[in-house]
Amino acid sequence: MWGSGKLGSSGGWFLRVLGPGGPNTKAARPLISSAVYVKNQLSWMLQIKPGVFNEYRTMWFKSYRTTFSYLNRIKSFRYPWARLYSTSQTTVDSGEVKTFLALAHKWWDEQGVYAPLHSMNDLRVPFIRDNLLKTIPNHQPGKPLFGMKILDVGCGGGLLTEPLGRLGASVIGIDPVDENIKTAQCHKSFDPVLDKRIEYRVCSLEEIVEETAETFDAVVASEVVEHVIDLETFLQCCCQVLKPSGSLFITTINKTQLSYALGIVFSEQIAGIVPKGTHTWEKFVSPETLESILESNGLSVQTVVGMLYNPFSGYWHWSENTSLNYAAHAVKSGVQEHPISAEFAFKGETEELQANACTNPAVHEELKK
Amino acid sequence: MAARLVSRCGAVGVAAHSSPLVSCRRWSGASADTVYDVVVSGGGLVGAAMACALGYDIHFHDKKILLLEAGPKKVLEKLSETYSNRVSSISPGSATLLSSFGAWDHICNMRYRAFRRMQVWDACSEALIMFDKDNLDDMGYIVENDVIMHALTKQLEAVSDRVTVLYRSKAICYTWPCPFPMADSSPWVHITLGDGSIFQTKLLIGADGHNSGVRQAAGIQNVSWNYDQSAVVATLYLSELSDTLSSLVWSTSHEHAAQLVSMDEEKFVDAVNSAFWSDADHTDFIDTAGAMLQYAVGLLKPTKVSARQLPPSVARVDAKSRVLFPLGLGHAAEYVRPRVALIGDAAHRVHPLAGQGVNMGFGDISSLAHHLSTAAFNGKDLGSMSHLTGYETERQRHNTALLAATDLLKRLYSTSAAPLVLLRTWGLQATNAVSPLKEQIMAFASK
Repeated sequence: MWGSGKLGSSGGWFLRVLGPGGPNTKAARPLISSAVYVKNQLSWMLQIKPGVFNEYRTMWFKSYRTTFSYLNRIKSFRYPWARLYSTSQTTVDSGEVKTFLALAHKWWDEQGVYAPLHSMNDLRVPFIRDNLLKTIPNHQPGKPLFGMKILDVGCGGGLLTEPLGRLGASVIGIDPVDENIKTAQCHKSFDPVLDKRIEYRVCSLEEIVEETAETFDAVVASEVVEHVIDLETFLQCCCQVLKPSGSLFITTINKTQLSYALGIVFSEQIAGIVPKGTHTWEKFVSPETLESILESNGLSVQTVVGMLYNPFSGYWHWSENTSLNYAAHAVKSGVQEHPISAEFAFKGETEELQANACTNPAVHEELKK
Repeated sequence: MAARLVSRCGAVGVAAHSSPLVSCRRWSGASADTVYDVVVSGGGLVGAAMACALGYDIHFHDKKILLLEAGPKKVLEKLSETYSNRVSSISPGSATLLSSFGAWDHICNMRYRAFRRMQVWDACSEALIMFDKDNLDDMGYIVENDVIMHALTKQLEAVSDRVTVLYRSKAICYTWPCPFPMADSSPWVHITLGDGSIFQTKLLIGADGHNSGVRQAAGIQNVSWNYDQSAVVATLYLSELSDTLSSLVWSTSHEHAAQLVSMDEEKFVDAVNSAFWSDADHTDFIDTAGAMLQYAVGLLKPTKVSARQLPPSVARVDAKSRVLFPLGLGHAAEYVRPRVALIGDAAHRVHPLAGQGVNMGFGDISSLAHHLSTAAFNGKDLGSMSHLTGYETERQRHNTALLAATDLLKRLYSTSAAPLVLLRTWGLQATNAVSPLKEQIMAFASK
């Protein structure tokens, strides 16, 4: 009886959004793209160029929201990017605004709108945990990630931040949307253990790059890079805040015909689960693009693996097929800033290692030079 | 009592929900210092074993567990000379669970008895069924309940940094969290004890017996009926040269049970013997029918020459060892709710004829501990329905089948009406002849 509530609540939300005239009122379970959509609240921030932002961002933006909301409505149809500027009001009318504001409190309803993200934890937490455990020689039972510092970029309501905190890591969760951080803060405050291990901040990644350079053992950007306007800069910042040999974990959506068909056409236009224009297919990132950008920034990709969502059971599964959702794990090279002696050491090995297609990050760098 | 209190206990500004489960608590003050990860309500065999299983789980090293027991602490300094009349039949699966946290070693050091063969006679015919394990594995173990409890208590003391045990603590009121996360209200379950102290927990496990307070407070429906039977337990001395003891569980009508308990020892022994040996209930018709099938089976399948045991003869009964308790069946419609799980008799109550009651409880523990362990290693909120429903599905399938089978057997064997006697005679003989079927039954019961 608790399981049946799943379909009901998401179907109910759908009706609220579209009104009684919706053609497909018996909507299927929200598909993959809804998981993407719900992260869209933070999209505006990451798209705005870093130069615009300063410490008065929050105040400026609050006034921007109220006075410019109507202008944005007009603009939004012509400039898809501009629509995404308008932060909490990702789409047009006040009904959508209300939905979003209502959504900010729905993060922790496990059978609600964010149910796919909750169930995605069954995949992404073990993915992060197991890859980090490989780097820890002796881990404490009960607190396997104890001593690790993790940054969760675009944490939203803290869905992924809290499990990582429970595993013993010290986590900092950042999100540009105020309400999300408020919800996350409130939720973790009830648990004294998590309260100490997790810290939330309303800010962008670019803002904290200088103060947190090379301090994190891992950076997690889950369901974020498909909303970023400047992927190159974003990934560069991720690399900068990572310690040498630190790990970067990304989950996102592939840019394929299938993801267009299911993620945009079906979810947005046919079933209407996700409001139109929330996603732009052009923003989806293919694993090859991601890999090339990561490699050029000194991160070596260790794993890329596909994820599939079953809308009927509500569970995610790992898959060989990366044409819809996928997860990637990259490691920052362990070479320091000015590794003159290291360069000489590796030059001699370059030729034999080239033949072996080795994934040694230092050698990759060498080969690129 | 708990049901009366729960929906109004401590509620301030209750949200207007119609479900009896909900009584939201606006928690405007700061939360208490400790939030327990798991609270087990009920410190019996199943509750204590659950606390042990979690306390010794490797992924629970960082967690805080609380066990609430209404009774006093039972300390067993020295094993008593006389055997207790409350014993349990422990299946190999349960023994594996007990050894996983080291309690089985204590039991082995105290006393237990393994058995390898089980034989069932029918009072109204010559039919019998025999379960025998060819490969010399033990079919099960008979252990006194006090011995098991002592072993569990000892193991709990060894992990007292993780598991806190409170004796003489009866929970009188449970407050459930709101189904929808609200800004001010605490998302945890609050348990109020008789002395007024309140504990918060992420997951409440109800192991408080067939009149479970947790189940009633949660408003979970319970399908139950009373059998018109009581069970008389006693410890018997069998008439063999050596001093062998045996445990008796006699399920019979309430009046007869009361008579058996109150009659003097000689008469009781006579009653037991006549129950085993008398063929007053045999009818010629059934006997002939039974013999016919036996002959047919003998033609189709060469009988194994395995020793057929005659029913036992009782010499005397242990003084003051006769006790009776009523019997019934019960099954909770749901084993889990958000932040609540039921295990043991709180979830299911069964007739002792198959010796499965506590084994089903131990099976629940294995399953729930496994799901919680995986959830803890994934950093999940322990009270989340996603893994609790996994436990519920797994165990309901197993328990419903066993409950239905036991109830059917009980009804079948409670009558001496000819058609049913014929059915069960032939059924028993046929099942006895089909070895794969018997092996399946044994495998199912030993899990």
